[in-house]
Amino acid sequence: MGGWTGKLLRVDMTAGTAVPEDIPQEWMEEYVGGRGLADRYLYEEMDPTVDPLSPENVLIFATGPLTGTCAPCGSRYMVITKGALTNCITTSNSGGFWGPELKFAGYDLVMITGASPTPKYLFVYDDRVELRDAAHLWGKTVGETEDGLREELGIPGLRTCCIGPAGENLVKFACIMNDKHRAAGRSGVGTVMGSKGLKAIAVRGTGGVEVSDGDAFMKALWDMRGEMIVNPTYEAFGMFGTASTIDLTQAFGGLPTRNFQQGQFEHAENLNGNTIRDTRLTTNKACFACTIACGRVCELGEHSDKFLVNTHPKNWKQAGEGPEYEAAWALGADTGVGDLDAVLKANWLCNDLGMDPISMGSTLASAMELYQEGRVTDEHVEMPLEFGSAEALVRMTEATAYREGFGDDLAEGAKLMGEKWDNPDVFMGVKGQEFPAYDPRGFVGMGVAYATCNRGACHLRAWTPGFETSESTPHTTDGKSEWVVHEQHRSTVHDSTGLCLFTGFAGGTLETFVPLVAAATGVDYTLDDLVTIGERTWNLERLWNLKAGLTMADDNLPKRLLSEPHTEGPSAGVTVDLDAMLPVYYRERGWDEAGVPTEEKLVELGLASM
Amino acid sequence: MTMMLNIVPDRCTGCMHCELACSWVQTGTFQPSRSLIRVNVFDEEASYAPFTCLQCDEAWCMNACPVNAIDVDGDSGAKIVSESLCIGCHLCTIACPFGTVYTLPLTDTASKCNLCGGQPACEAACPTAAIEFVDADQGGDWLEPWAETVNSKYVAASG
Repeated sequence: MGGWTGKLLRVDMTAGTAVPEDIPQEWMEEYVGGRGLADRYLYEEMDPTVDPLSPENVLIFATGPLTGTCAPCGSRYMVITKGALTNCITTSNSGGFWGPELKFAGYDLVMITGASPTPKYLFVYDDRVELRDAAHLWGKTVGETEDGLREELGIPGLRTCCIGPAGENLVKFACIMNDKHRAAGRSGVGTVMGSKGLKAIAVRGTGGVEVSDGDAFMKALWDMRGEMIVNPTYEAFGMFGTASTIDLTQAFGGLPTRNFQQGQFEHAENLNGNTIRDTRLTTNKACFACTIACGRVCELGEHSDKFLVNTHPKNWKQAGEGPEYEAAWALGADTGVGDLDAVLKANWLCNDLGMDPISMGSTLASAMELYQEGRVTDEHVEMPLEFGSAEALVRMTEATAYREGFGDDLAEGAKLMGEKWDNPDVFMGVKGQEFPAYDPRGFVGMGVAYATCNRGACHLRAWTPGFETSESTPHTTDGKSEWVVHEQHRSTVHDSTGLCLFTGFAGGTLETFVPLVAAATGVDYTLDDLVTIGERTWNLERLWNLKAGLTMADDNLPKRLLSEPHTEGPSAGVTVDLDAMLPVYYRERGWDEAGVPTEEKLVELGLASM
Repeated sequence: MTMMLNIVPDRCTGCMHCELACSWVQTGTFQPSRSLIRVNVFDEEASYAPFTCLQCDEAWCMNACPVNAIDVDGDSGAKIVSESLCIGCHLCTIACPFGTVYTLPLTDTASKCNLCGGQPACEAACPTAAIEFVDADQGGDWLEPWAETVNSKYVAASG
């Protein structure tokens, strides 16, 4: 057996125990690993109706069979739990170096159950596993926590994932951060970790990841790298990072601006890949085994004295990694802020305090709309929350993590905040999760992708703009649902193998890595097998959500997207006809009219017993 | 001819493909803890650089070995440890000024870069050509200009 270690580390925070156990071979084969395998455990281990912040919620860290190998971008791990922001299943993905280190220590999965009354951190050094007191780390930022653990433990090569103050303060969209700047970002997985009293997992592994057929693996590796190196996106990601996407969304009127009130941002050029590269980039940074290196390391340098707030990082001149496209949009265009330094600083704060910059920016944008409407006024806030206020962006980001003043409202996410201030329509998202950076009125297919994603609004399960601007057209509904279904299966396979989704955009498609998965695991997987596993996983997540109480009413979009078109730009006049797309989506999936998987479909996928 | 691995730090992205390739050659698994090339990460400088044996002309590891277990490969000029001769005294690991001789965990014998018999796996694996396999006479001296650049940053910062 290769690829998998076959071990799960079961950590009971209530009892204070951490014990390894074997993973059933048939589960590994039926779900490949990562997201799929962890979904299977989550289905088995918890009642989907429980409060996500209760000890009964289960938090799983999951690597895939290619995590820790030299497969291109085989750096990923996923965090699977009931999302604090969304109240449905969530599957957050992160790169960096922590996931591979967990494999080197000998574990595919870590499962956290229960809750500890006092802060703890988990220490894993190969076979040695201990839950240790973390009182001295509680309250520390992500950077301080990681540096603190490295110093305290003195183990070269130690890798850490942790929560920042936002996770401790149960900010609903807190992240789990690893390697300081990498995040399992969305849906409040860090909030769940905070509720369990788990500050960090520090890992050092000295073992190796085996593969079943070495010769076949290395051949498949070079075939895949050969496909990637000639792909134009491969080079563009390295050159300009993901923020180059701003040019695409801006051109099609799909760059949501001022809480989706416009589809183009007049200062978009201040935030795009070229500007970041020309003015603030220090170097590229790769995750483990990544051949693309889309990561940006940016420096504020002489601009570091702008927008000072109370949180002073150790090296304020260096903004750290990012911003990626989503962060540059959420903290920039969506709040109307066109100052790159403010965006960099807010992004840095999100990383160091452990918050999702997408939800942070979107929630602030919703608050700015409440302020614009006059519902939130100067007596409620410490500074005017006007669209475009760079000062408000940086300060409110900090205030949210510490729940100071109006930050306490922001920390609940846009949905609950909108309800509290009597305008639920300012919430731009699905299933409690704020939208990422694509306006479905510019790319209509994103509408059905957002509405149907199992973890709430998400761009990573079926990214339609590429398809809609090449093989299809952006404003039509025909063929969108079918494509989204197809893509959701494929992206799920990415998440389950441990490869980064970006390999797929950069020439390393599912077709190219099927032989890698087969050679690593020794299971004779074909392309169809893996796509079926993607579909099985997607349906299992759907069943989990239905058990949690979700219905087809949750597969919806905000009123603004359905009935309020933009008045200017390339997407003027377009609204999203979800009623046309959703029934097609359900039909394509083999679900009934209410979005429930049919008995026939479940039998076909081997899920009949569920 | 003596060959060497010439490092171009500015091209390194810190991805560790060199460590993975090296450990694959050593162990047949992906195991960075067994790699003979190591990526050094300078977080605050946003700088990364792999580092391995420089195949010194006057190899201190070789001179220090009491049992002549380190020999020069005729083709590549690589300094190679004979596992059967090594007695595990660790003197070579202490003698090496660059810290690029390691000990194997199970046998406690010395292990160092042997240039993979003339086809270094790390060089082939590097996606950014940050590792070049070159004639030592032409490759040398990359450390000096790099050290100067790094130093000048510190001098300017303290300045």
